[in-house]
Amino acid sequence: MVFEKGASSLKSVKAIETGKVAGTNNLATERKFSVLVVDDDAIIRKIHSKLLSKFPVEIQVAVNGKEAVDLYRSGAFFDLVLMDMEMPIMNGFEATKELRALGLKSLIVGVTARSSDSEKKAFMEAGLNDCHAKPLTSEMVKSLLQELNKNN
Amino acid sequence: MDKNRLQRQLDMKRSLIDQGYLDEQFIQLEELQDEDSPNFVEDMVTMFYNNSARLLENIEQALVTGPIDFPKLDDYMHQFKGSSSSIGATRVKNECTRFLEHCTAGNAEGCVRTFLRVKQEHAILRTKLETYFQLARQAGSSASGGAKAR
Repeated sequence: MVFEKGASSLKSVKAIETGKVAGTNNLATERKFSVLVVDDDAIIRKIHSKLLSKFPVEIQVAVNGKEAVDLYRSGAFFDLVLMDMEMPIMNGFEATKELRALGLKSLIVGVTARSSDSEKKAFMEAGLNDCHAKPLTSEMVKSLLQELNKNN
Repeated sequence: MDKNRLQRQLDMKRSLIDQGYLDEQFIQLEELQDEDSPNFVEDMVTMFYNNSARLLENIEQALVTGPIDFPKLDDYMHQFKGSSSSIGATRVKNECTRFLEHCTAGNAEGCVRTFLRVKQEHAILRTKLETYFQLARQAGSSASGGAKAR
């Protein structure tokens, strides 16, 4: 299931009774992981959404940091956030800080076109769990979902 | 499916990769193609060229409107570089990197010179990809299909 949303909206993850989560045994009751893709670049949003669609996850998108924060404030929950660094209105650094301040403890992974270690380090200091170059690869997405699985 | 046309498509893809026009990311995009999105690569490339026209225009304007705002140029070019990376456009991306080096150094002449190279590589790749997708359509594989061989 892929949701391509351009505006803030209330979205809460519902328990799903069937379905296998990647990397786990088939359980009778299993919640699908919810992933938020935050990027102002439509191509990146589509690529990351497409990568994620190969796994049993629920996907939402936000076009900037403010939209991501608004989604969380309105009650949406995300197991994983893929956060772009540079976006208009509210960038990834500010959005990450805000989400952490609001109590989001989920995995937030930064994605950036900037390659210098110092830029990534500065982004990490906002509260990221990790930071990678974009676009992510399918191996990287799989690895992130497996990490989610382990933590849950 | 015409085997000769498929082979031509595969040969062209190999050639584009060997000559450095495209990289692994392009192959990744092809591997994402499925029944729901049989033309995913071509759709992403089309989106890239549609979006990048605006970005290139912004960069051009920023270069001719004095005094040059290097931080703004840096932002625009990073955006463009990111988009180029997302479709595997290696040569375009490399020219973007060279531009960014000049931008960081505040070298206006270097920026102008490398921007011409960025636009050139952007245009060359567009032509090559148009041919590639035409071959793919002729081969009946929408740029992927049986073309998993690298």
